[in-house]
Amino acid sequence: MSDGNSILIDVQDVWKAFGDHQVLKGVSMRVHKGSSDVILGRSGIGKSVLLKSIVGLLRPERGSIHVMGEQVIGMKTKELNAIRTHIGYVFQYAALYDSLTVRENLEFPLRKHTTMSESEITDAVMQQLELVGLEDAVDKMPAELSGGMKKRIGLARAIIKKPTLVLYDEPTAGLDPITAREISELILSLEEQFGITSITVTHDIECAQLIANRIYILEDGVFQHSGSFEDLRRSDDPTIRAFFKLVL
Amino acid sequence: MEPRGQNYLQFTLARFRHTMEEVYGVTVFGLKFFPYMFRRPIELGQIRKHLDDLGAKSIPLLTVVGLIMGLILALQSRPTLDRFGAGGFLPAMIALTIVRELGPVITALIVAGRVSSGIGAELGSMKVTEQIDALEVSAVDPFNYLVVTRVIACSIMLPLLTAYVDFLAIFGGFVAEWIAMNSSFQLYFTEVIQSLRFYDILPGVGKTVAFGYIIGVIGAYQGFNTSRGTEGVGRAATSAVVLASLNIIFLDMVIIQLTFLFLGTGV
Repeated sequence: MSDGNSILIDVQDVWKAFGDHQVLKGVSMRVHKGSSDVILGRSGIGKSVLLKSIVGLLRPERGSIHVMGEQVIGMKTKELNAIRTHIGYVFQYAALYDSLTVRENLEFPLRKHTTMSESEITDAVMQQLELVGLEDAVDKMPAELSGGMKKRIGLARAIIKKPTLVLYDEPTAGLDPITAREISELILSLEEQFGITSITVTHDIECAQLIANRIYILEDGVFQHSGSFEDLRRSDDPTIRAFFKLVL
Repeated sequence: MEPRGQNYLQFTLARFRHTMEEVYGVTVFGLKFFPYMFRRPIELGQIRKHLDDLGAKSIPLLTVVGLIMGLILALQSRPTLDRFGAGGFLPAMIALTIVRELGPVITALIVAGRVSSGIGAELGSMKVTEQIDALEVSAVDPFNYLVVTRVIACSIMLPLLTAYVDFLAIFGGFVAEWIAMNSSFQLYFTEVIQSLRFYDILPGVGKTVAFGYIIGVIGAYQGFNTSRGTEGVGRAATSAVVLASLNIIFLDMVIIQLTFLFLGTGV
């Protein structure tokens, strides 16, 4: 079990393989309430695998993952779903339901898990769209949106139920630098407004600089280094320097 | 020569193993449906949507097929029956052929082509774009929301569509008879109704519930197991049609044998 009430996520010695390819080799991390932690690493290193394991989409072979004090590995779907209602997940390519409009995408979690009235749902949707600056897109289909707009709508959908924890999977991947910075600033602003705890998986060092309280660097299936942005920036380790030379 | 033979053997064994894994996978997937039928929440809104998407939108195609099937059956059979002096049996022959066999199987194959591929492609696309994962992390059971609703819709809609096609095909037979022999509507349909018995209609329409189940389950299984991006989506759609069609024909053969065993040939 997690030691202390302030720990929201406690990952201990997690191992995950796909066939013969061992992706995670004993990953451990602790995320405290209100903290914004960032996992940095090269593409294909297993960052998203860890995120999906935390939310129960993947099942590690070894180790333990406690979310809000509950062990999620091996948990039954019903109990897992009870935890998932407190978690928002922003997918790399937004994963908007492409047969639904933006409005219906945002309404979906509210209709499934709340007893809000029609007018309350409409108000909540418009409020979220205002937060992400996309009120005009309310009746558009996902196919009509740009990559940046999709990310914003994905973000709005993830936080519409005011979750305790938000997991961001490459929130700035595939965006131009200006839009990527806007998304990073939006994440920061939403976290400050709602006091959300978050884990962000990225290889965007500028995004990490902006939003991270603590950074973990995933390499060879384990966290080789962790610390604040400034701690890591001052490090002489070649792996860390390889990441940080982009902003130094 | 020997290495080539060895390779061929390995290839055949690998294919056989893959096929058996697929059979096992689709069987487990299909059996999972039954306990879900009694599990809440029942997604009535989704079932209604799929009844419309999967069933009602097949009506234009099935209307054309049903009418033409009856017309062709009458046109092709009339000369042969006349040769044996059995032209008067044509309405009964058309009714029995359509209701017992052609109506259910042709309807199921057409719906498999239109619907099973659609389900495979739609769910496959949702899989590769992480929409199924998005449902799951939203604490919504994707199997209940996406699969159970479609399988129920297919199983409800197929018997209704079959009854519709049966009627149209029999009517198509009448049109051919009316053009060729100036038969009366009343005489034709009296003979049709007199020739049909309960155990002609029940297995004919009843087996389409199982065909609907196959169409839904195989389409959904292929979609849920899609990999390799858009190429995989195309493959899921194609495999869904091929496997659903093969299974429909195989199941039809089994049901015919069981019908004969328990209800007799009806002759």
